[in-house]
Parts: sequence; C-alpha cells; structure tokens
Amino acid sequence: MVLSAADRAAVRALWRKLGSNVGIYATEALERTFTAFPTTKTYFAHFDLSPGSAQVKAHGKKVADALTTAVAHMDDLPGALSALSDLHAHQLRVDPVNFKFLGHCLLVTLARHYPGDFGPAMHASLDKFLSHVISALASSYG
Amino acid sequence: MVHFSAEEKTAVTSLWGKVNVEEARGEALGRLLVVYHWTQRFFDNFGNLSSASAIMGNPKVKAHGKKVLTSFGDAIKNMDNLKGVFAKLSELHCDKLHVDPENFRLLGNVLVIILASHFGKEFTPGVQAAWQKLVAGVATALAHKYH
Repeated sequence: MVLSAADRAAVRALWRKLGSNVGIYATEALERTFTAFPTTKTYFAHFDLSPGSAQVKAHGKKVADALTTAVAHMDDLPGALSALSDLHAHQLRVDPVNFKFLGHCLLVTLARHYPGDFGPAMHASLDKFLSHVISALASSYG
Repeated sequence: MVHFSAEEKTAVTSLWGKVNVEEARGEALGRLLVVYHWTQRFFDNFGNLSSASAIMGNPKVKAHGKKVLTSFGDAIKNMDNLKGVFAKLSELHCDKLHVDPENFRLLGNVLVIILASHFGKEFTPGVQAAWQKLVAGVATALAHKYH
C-alpha cells in the first residue's frame, strides 16, 4: 500500500482547507476516542477528561502538530515520526491498537465537519495516509 | 451479550429513523469496496469495480448495499438479541461466503463515518459511542457462528 501522488495531493489540499483549525479537530477526535473507546482513557488517568478540558485541548494541539508534520513529510513518515514512535513505544508504552481508534475518530470528525469534501476517493486517501502514520508510529515497537 | 442503555437505544433508533435506506443503499458497501479495495474479493461477479465512481454507481453494489442496510435495520429493531437476529446470516457468511469477520468491523466503521458526514452536529461523541457499540455488536453477532 503506497501513497500515490493523487493520495498525497488530496491530503495536502484538505489540510490547507483545515488551516488553523487542525487543533480543534484533533481535540474533537480525542474526545470522540475517549467516549467511543473508553479503554483508551487508561492512558490518561492523570488527565481531566471532562468536556472542554484544557488538558485534552493541549493534547489535541500536540496531535495536530504531529499530523501537520506528517502531511509535510509524506515521503518519509518513519523518519519524520521516529522520535514520536520511540516516545510511544518506550516511554508512554501505548498499545498500538489505540492508534487505530484515534485514526478512525479523526476520520469521523473530518467527515462530520467537511461532508462535502469527504467523498469515497478522499475517504480512501485519508484512510491510507492515517494507516501510514500509524504504521510509522508503531515502527519503534520492535 | 451486549446490553444497550435506554439512552444508547434512543441515540441509535432516532438517527436510523432519519436514514433513507433507499437513497443511502450503495454508500456503505460502496465505500468499503473503495477504501479497502481487497474487500472486492467477495464481489468478483459484480461487474465494473474499476474506479471509485464505477463502484459507487454499480447497480449490483447498490442492490447488495440495500440488503446490508435492511439487515442493519432489523438489528436496530432487536438490539437486545443481535446474536439471534444474525444467527442464520452468520452461518451463511462462514460456510458459504467465507468472509473474514474483520470485514464486518471495517463495514461498521465505514457506516459510522457516513452517519457522521450526513448528520454533522447531531453526531455527537455520545451518539457515536452508541453506534460504535451497535456496529461492534453486529460484527460480533455475525462472527458468532464461525467455526
């Protein structure tokens, strides 16, 4: 499964459209993940997870920045995300199954906010992109 | 067995009541075939699946999509007995169709994404959570008779 030129162009175009709202959507995706997949909350026992939480918002911003980095480096995701992969594997020790839950909730969030842009082809490109990101994030798990 | 609270049942049934199955019939199955192209392996006799637009416009995809959504509708009327509702279909998917149950999970998530795009603001995290529970329950019920 390779990210084609068309996939990359589609993802970049959508990201340009999201502009400075990436943080808002990443935060919503996190909220959806915690609500729909409660086991993910086990990694955030030290967080206030109530709606509107400042900690979740701050974490959403981190996730958004990482995704924006990924969009800018689609030709070398393992390289661009290697430090984050090390962090998740060795310090945070997050089971990689959880990356899929967040990825799915990101798709749900984007579909909810940009229904007109979320046709089957865009859906496919985004899903592929997130799969590659997840794979890069899981690469340090050894 | 999955237990749905009254709130979860309401979240599911009220949204489903607004879905036009006839209009939406090809969307979930179509997107499954587009996004996870390997799922096309089960539909070799469906004709033209060569592009996203071919898939989404394919009459056999729409017809089969309608069967699938109708089945979901039956599940929603019997949320307390998903295993019962899907017993026969489970046997069919295992013994005759040889479908990996992972595909049921993929289809369930595609359906959730479509609902999000149709219902926007109404598809709150809480509503999504109820639907995730339903699609997981359906996937499990469909896999229940596998051997």
